[in-house]
Amino acid sequence: MNIPLLYAAGGVILFFLGLHALFVRVHLLRKVLAANIMGSGVFMVFIALAARAGEAGPDPVPHAMVLTGIVVTVSFTALGLVLAVKIEQTSGRSRLPRKGEEGA
Amino acid sequence: MTLLSALFDLLLLATLLWLAWRLLASADLFKAVVLFIAFSLLLALAWVRLNAPDVALAEAAIGAGITGALLMVALGRLSPEDACPHRLHPTLGQRLSAPLLISLAVPAAVAILLSSLLTLPETAAGLAPLVTSHLAQSEVAHPVTAVLLNFRGYDTLLEVAVLVLAVLGIWCLGEAQVLTLPGSVSPVLLGMTRVLLPVLVLTGGYLLWLGGHAPGGAFQAGALLAAGAVLWLFAGQMLSSRWSDLPLRLLLLLGFQVFLATAAVPVLQGNLLLAYPPGWAKTMILLVETLLAGSIAAVLAAAVIGGRPACAPQSFPPAGQADEEKQQ
Repeated sequence: MNIPLLYAAGGVILFFLGLHALFVRVHLLRKVLAANIMGSGVFMVFIALAARAGEAGPDPVPHAMVLTGIVVTVSFTALGLVLAVKIEQTSGRSRLPRKGEEGA
Repeated sequence: MTLLSALFDLLLLATLLWLAWRLLASADLFKAVVLFIAFSLLLALAWVRLNAPDVALAEAAIGAGITGALLMVALGRLSPEDACPHRLHPTLGQRLSAPLLISLAVPAAVAILLSSLLTLPETAAGLAPLVTSHLAQSEVAHPVTAVLLNFRGYDTLLEVAVLVLAVLGIWCLGEAQVLTLPGSVSPVLLGMTRVLLPVLVLTGGYLLWLGGHAPGGAFQAGALLAAGAVLWLFAGQMLSSRWSDLPLRLLLLLGFQVFLATAAVPVLQGNLLLAYPPGWAKTMILLVETLLAGSIAAVLAAAVIGGRPACAPQSFPPAGQADEEKQQ
């Protein structure tokens, strides 16, 4: 197993670390962080697979896609955080309502 | 590849995984945000190791810088985490179901994906030869810029649309809140801002120009300019209502509109979407990139402020209490 594939494996683990936290953690800011980690994992798989070209230089198409992805990630992070603040302002809680609570 | 560089890669990867785990598991939210910024910076280092300097620049500026500022602003507006999150009336099934399912499903999915990764060839050129052979057609010398703004320009067009949509969503959700109270800005920050602002603008412009033939481009430049704008806002500066109304809206949309027009005009002439006229590609790409950088900077700074300009404001974002009393 060479180094790029090792990074790709790390990316897979990052994605699932984030996915796990997205389900298990309750606070909305933590959920946004978890989604960011998931995205970083996907980017790492892309960039790692692009780096396999060796001497010829890396594949530029996944690089461009990851650049696009980073900007989309910051967009959803910004919108998600404003939504989280709005939820806090209207319900007084920085988490999603649970079963049996108002708004569930 | 020497043993030392392999060891460095292993150490970097292990640190990244450890940081990710710590930031998702740590009890303190502030610590989690700080660890996330550290994670993003180390991720940028990993991109450099994987031969992706463009992505590393964007990650350091957007992932660590702008996202860090966004998280810090949100952290101040959100209440802290519950000490012990508990359900109202949990049954045994509810207690077990989510953690059990996830702790079974996640390792299984990891195992499946890792085993399929192992079947991939160790070297694969991908689309790199195709891009290299058509690079002359794109009239820019840097392959990533050629892919971003020429070969797969529609990706970038839609991405800018996503940015504009995000600001639209943020502005729909409420009016801008006070970012910094007047008088609370430390003189160190003010001095730093005076030194850093010109440097950021200069570096942003340099990266924008560099994008034509080397790692750099509109997104990295836009992120640096946005970082400058965010610093300026945190130092207690504000846009007066004269600028925050129509001029700000125009700046937010300008990059997208000009890009859309460049994409659509060839279609009206019976050509393909985003087909630059021959001989003009470099000029058009540079024009679109410059306007995009400005728009991206405005969008990211507006996202950090986190709200639309108020109906009858003195400034954007609004000034703090002390100012209001003075005006009354």
